[in-house]
Amino acid sequence: MAITRDSDMHKRRFSRNMGLGVVLIGFVALVFGLTVVKVQGGSKMEAFDHQPRVSALPASEPVEARPQKVAPGAPVGGTQ
Amino acid sequence: MSDIGYLDHSKEAQFGDFVALLKPRVMSLVVFTAMVGLLVAPNPVHPFVGFVAILFIALGGGASGALNMWYDADIDRVMRRTKGRPIPAGRVTEGEALGFGLALAGISCVMLALASNLFSGLFLAFTIFFYAVVYTMWLKRSTPQNIVIGGAAGAFPPMIGWAVATGGISLESVAMFAIIFLWTPPHFWSLALFMKDDYSNAGVPMLTVTHGRRATRKQIFAYTLILAPVAIGTAFTSIGGPVYLATALVLNALFIKGGWTILRRTEETALEETYRFEKRYFYFSLLYLFGHFLALLVEAGLRHFGIGGW
Repeated sequence: MAITRDSDMHKRRFSRNMGLGVVLIGFVALVFGLTVVKVQGGSKMEAFDHQPRVSALPASEPVEARPQKVAPGAPVGGTQ
Repeated sequence: MSDIGYLDHSKEAQFGDFVALLKPRVMSLVVFTAMVGLLVAPNPVHPFVGFVAILFIALGGGASGALNMWYDADIDRVMRRTKGRPIPAGRVTEGEALGFGLALAGISCVMLALASNLFSGLFLAFTIFFYAVVYTMWLKRSTPQNIVIGGAAGAFPPMIGWAVATGGISLESVAMFAIIFLWTPPHFWSLALFMKDDYSNAGVPMLTVTHGRRATRKQIFAYTLILAPVAIGTAFTSIGGPVYLATALVLNALFIKGGWTILRRTEETALEETYRFEKRYFYFSLLYLFGHFLALLVEAGLRHFGIGGW
């Protein structure tokens, strides 16, 4: 019997496939929801990535006082 | 019908079989206690983050259930109570259960760490390790005290819930741990008294078999005595209050009284009454735990309105 849309196997595995589909869609919804909550809550979305970035420094520190150790051509973050 | 119709498809795993691997009934206790641990903590958690955290704590508990069913498949085949589980029934292979358990363990720990904090994720990983390795692989088949230490695995969820909110451990979360930890032996052994299961055939040392029913009755009573001061003492921590104290006093008095009756009963009387009292005591022990955690939740709710606590 060919594996067509209504083959026996499709019928047997319907509950499994449907269940897995619902779980995957639910997982995507969870991650999306978490992202929305974290962004709205003002969580720090940026951190040091191999070299200090000005935009990831604490706001209270004067930015000028820090020696610039940025590699040539590397992007520099915005000022505080 | 073609020739593949001769294959027996009645044993093919359905979605429900994979859900059964997660031990949903155990999960409900994990969800409830983790939720209480999270809600009674002093730091508020965003409701959605709290929901996601509890979901993945429950999934982590489910993962350890699947790993337990993978490792214990040989015992499950022997015992009447567990013969219908997906692996002994032949619907899920042992390899599938192992892969399913490991994958869910990884997903749940990583997602919990991302949703809340790294400490909670590591704590969940430790809990899964404790249940799957320390309890299932090591203690369960080697000592009749297996469920005493194994009870720790079931006692961690409220601590993880607390850690989701606070990022650490404190006296209050240890108190919640201690209540479940000390409650597990009388709860489980009262079940062992009337569930005349074939643990001995399966090679699992149960206290009722190794040390006899008399010794088990003594142990049940002893644990209710140790449990009471811990459960009542929790009333005087920051999560306790008058409502909790009143609940704990009543429930512990009843639990000790029941333990005393269990201790005084002879096997002949128990057998005559078809273990009626032991069964009632077992169901009361569920109410006991539920009551304590519900009272903690009520205190947290009252504190929200400025009237809870001391």
